Formats: sequence, structure tokens, C-alpha cells
Amino acid sequence: MKTLSRIFMILVFGILYIPMLVLVLYSFNSSKSTGNFTGFSFKWYIELFSAPQTFTALRNTLILAAFSAIIATIIGTMAAVGINKMKNKYIKASVMSVTNVPMMNPDIVTGISMMLLFVFVGSLIGLSEYLSFWTMLIAHTTFNLPYVILSVLPKLRQMDKHLPEAALDLGCTPLQAFFKVEIHAILPGIITGMMMAFTLSLDDFVISFFTSGSDFVTLPLLIYSMTKKEVTPDMYALSTLVMVAILILMLATNLRGEKHRDKLKKRIKENV
Amino acid sequence: MNCNVKEIPPEKRVNKLKKPSLASIAAYPHIVWSVMFIIAPLLFVCYYAFTDSEGHFTFSNIQALSTHTNTFLLSISFSLIATAICLFIGYPLAFAISKAPKKRQPLLLMLLMLPMWMNLLIRTYSLMAILDDGGMINTFLKNIGIGELNIIGTSGAVIFGMVYDFLPYMVLPIYSVMSKQDEKLIEAAYDLGCHRMQAHLKVTLPLSVPGIVSGITMVFVPSISTFYISQKLGGGTIFLLGDTIEMQFQNKSTYNVGAAISLVMMILILISIAVMNKFSDNDEEGGIII
Repeated sequence: MKTLSRIFMILVFGILYIPMLVLVLYSFNSSKSTGNFTGFSFKWYIELFSAPQTFTALRNTLILAAFSAIIATIIGTMAAVGINKMKNKYIKASVMSVTNVPMMNPDIVTGISMMLLFVFVGSLIGLSEYLSFWTMLIAHTTFNLPYVILSVLPKLRQMDKHLPEAALDLGCTPLQAFFKVEIHAILPGIITGMMMAFTLSLDDFVISFFTSGSDFVTLPLLIYSMTKKEVTPDMYALSTLVMVAILILMLATNLRGEKHRDKLKKRIKENV
Repeated sequence: MNCNVKEIPPEKRVNKLKKPSLASIAAYPHIVWSVMFIIAPLLFVCYYAFTDSEGHFTFSNIQALSTHTNTFLLSISFSLIATAICLFIGYPLAFAISKAPKKRQPLLLMLLMLPMWMNLLIRTYSLMAILDDGGMINTFLKNIGIGELNIIGTSGAVIFGMVYDFLPYMVLPIYSVMSKQDEKLIEAAYDLGCHRMQAHLKVTLPLSVPGIVSGITMVFVPSISTFYISQKLGGGTIFLLGDTIEMQFQNKSTYNVGAAISLVMMILILISIAVMNKFSDNDEEGGIII
């Protein structure tokens, strides 16, 4: 039974990882083929980096991810605080279900619904280009919001309710109480939410595809347009770089989590 | 002692806690944002679905859907098959991970989550690089003398792509439910005379239903709405719902038909999610695992 389940696991993980490893391998291939490995070379990486559009796309992706993550974190954290305090069950439930809509809806529906809004409003005010960096920023912030809210809310629920009350008793204004006390208790949730938002925005293709203008191209959009006609190995090189970046980001997130856990454990030990 | 403090009439008492606090308005920006960018866009989908390109009310877009019946059926069957395969592979995998030594579980989980964070476009292309006519499998087959196989462009390739892309979304929710199950329940089942299989079917499986339900939704929804998987692995011969929608939105004159297709697809999905959630009691945060 044990060996059987081990074989099964190796098989499934093998199938999951082999295509990606092959992609990485062939990004170093000296020929164009994806079937024969003719020799090791950095040719495709050099070609990739000599194209100015790669850097523009990289810069655009990072700008978009950073801004949408920051805006979503601010609005989302405030929203979580507000939702947590809501007394009316029905209002709370309806706000939560609207919040969850972008997560439940398929990306393509979120994308086209926003595109229709932008096109309609754009033609109403008479813009010639409806879609731009700003429409993408709005779209990314919107699909990031639920993830921030859902990672901050549990922290607020876990927090000792007496903490902010004590701060109020000691003469803090509610705003001071929030920034001096509450925010420290929920900070791990805020950071997790922000990193999640950043990664999701970095990774998004479908929603960007429908809300982007021609003047603002992100990496996933560039990858898509590169493979529209013919798959060339410089796409493999680009994919490899994106994979490495996400791997680093994910390791950083996990290590941060572990570090935090260790700190907590230490603190508990000291107190006991 | 003479107490000079006048009693404040109840209507003039100011209760610090009952004042509209800052916290209650903190959610307002989000509510405004949601109305503008979640609710309004969906209303626009409805608006476009029921109007023609000049803005007049019409049912013709909905009627035009009958020409896409085959696409609907094809999409639904493809994603059902992909979801079923994911469940058959994902359930045992989740079980195996949850039964692995505690020390090794974080590594296995990491291996499972890594593909989830990888760009789906890239993962689909990596599959294409292997299955393509000049790809690894075909080169290998040619070298051993079997000859080339046309894999890209078959329904199998598209379904395999869906399974490959979305399998982790099935495993993770099931695992997270299984790992929280109390071992003692299984022991109790043994004590009461159950065999291993019986204990699994009567205890572990029913308790895993919430995870299975969210796993099914998390695979089915992206499968039914995908367009790049069918575009890349279908080789231009297989058109699914996502492809059809994407095509309608390339040209402004067909926005309305595209909106109608999206509306129907969205309603189909919401109904199936609602039905699925009936099967599991914990609807709160059950499906949110990243």
C-alpha cells in the first residue's frame, strides 16, 4: 500500500513537472527545435534581452502589479475592518457575496464585463482609446480585492477584542487605536493579502487580455502574442524567467510565514 | 456630601460606542468600488445581451444562441470529463499526501502549489512543446520507428490540457479537509468492525465532501471558460465556449452576441455552484484556498 501510493505520487508529480522542466531545458537549446536538443546555448536569452519590448513588458507588469496590490491592500484592509464591525447580518452577507463575485465568476466573464463597462463609459465621454493602463489597473485592483479582504478578515476575528478597547480606554482616538494596536495584530494578514494580490496580478492573463489597450503590454500578454503565430524558443526563455521569478516570490512568502511562526513559538515559550 | 452632578437626560447621553464609528465607514470605499466595478459591469453584460448594436431592446442575441448549442454541449462535456478525471486522480493523491509522514507533507504541498502559481499560459505552452508534431514525444516515436502521432488538435489533447492545468486546484481543497480529520474517528470505525475500505468509505469520504465540492468547482469553472487551452492544444479545430466568447469580442458588432453567451454561461455556472454548495454544509471560506 505504501509503495503503491509512493509510485502514484511520483507518477502524478512527474507528469506535472516534466513539461515545465522540458520547457526550461529547451530554452537553452542551440537550435529552434523542441524535439532535439542540439547543444547548450544562451542564444534565446540574448535574443530576448536584445528586444526592447521585453523590458517594457517587464516594467509594465511590475508597475501594474505593485500599484494594484497597494490600492487593493488599502481598500481591502479598510473593508475588512468595516465588514468585521458590521452588526446587520444581511448587509454583511450581501457585501461578502458581492466581494466574492470576482472569485466565483470565470475570469473571462470578469474580463468582458469590465471591458463592456469601459467601452460604454469611454464612448459616452467620447474617448478615442477606451482601454489603457488605467482600465487595467481598475480591473486588477477589482480581482485582487477579495483576496486581501479574505486574508485580513480571519486575523481580525482572531484578534483579542479587548485590545482596541483598552487603547480607547487609555485615551486613544479610534484612529489612533487602529494604527497603534489593531494594525499590528492583523499585519501578517495584510502582508499575505498584498503578496497574494501582487502575484495574482503578475500572473493574470485573461482579464488583462480584455481590459488592456495596445499601448500597455504586460508579460503574459507578450507571451500570448509571441505564440499567436509560431512558437519560438525565446518564448521558452521568457517563460523560464517568469517561472524562476514566481518560484523566488513563493519561496520568500513561505519562508516569511515560517519565520513568523518561529517567532510566535519563541514568544509563547518565553511566556510559559 | 452634596452631589452637584446633574443627571443627563437619556436623549442627550452620548454613548461613545454607539456613535457612527470610523470602523463602520471604513468599508464604504470598497462598497462603492464593488458597485462601480463588480455590479455595474455585470449589469452591462445584461444590457448588451438584450440590445442590438444600436442600443434597441431585442431578444435576437438570446435566440442566436441556438446556433451555439453544439459549442455549449462540447464545452460542458469536456469540462465534466476533465473534472471527473481530476477527481479520480486528485482524491487518491490528496489522501496519499495526507497520509504521508508529517515531516514530508510541507514539501509535497509545496510541490503541489508551485504549479498553481505558475502562469497557466506558460504551463499550457510547455505541454504543447511536448505534444507538438515536432515535439519531444513525436521525435521519440519517430526515432524508435513508430512514426508521428497527431496529438495536437484532438479532443484528448484539450482534455489532457485541462486536467494538467487544473489538477492542483482539485487536490488542495480535498487535502486541506482530509488533513484536519480526526484520526480517532477511523480508529473508532475499526473498533466497530469496519474493514479498511469500509472505514474509508463511511468515515473519510463523507467528511471530505466539502473539499471535494470546492475542488470540483475550482476545476469546472476555469475548464468551461478557457480559451487558450483549446486554442493551443486544439490546434484551431476545437472551439469551446471561451473561444466563441473571445471571438465575438474581437469585433464591436458582435459584442451583443458575446455578452449573451457570457450571460448564459455565467448563469449556468452560478446555478451549478449553488447546487454543489447544497451538498456541503460549510460554505464559508471552504473554496478559498490559495
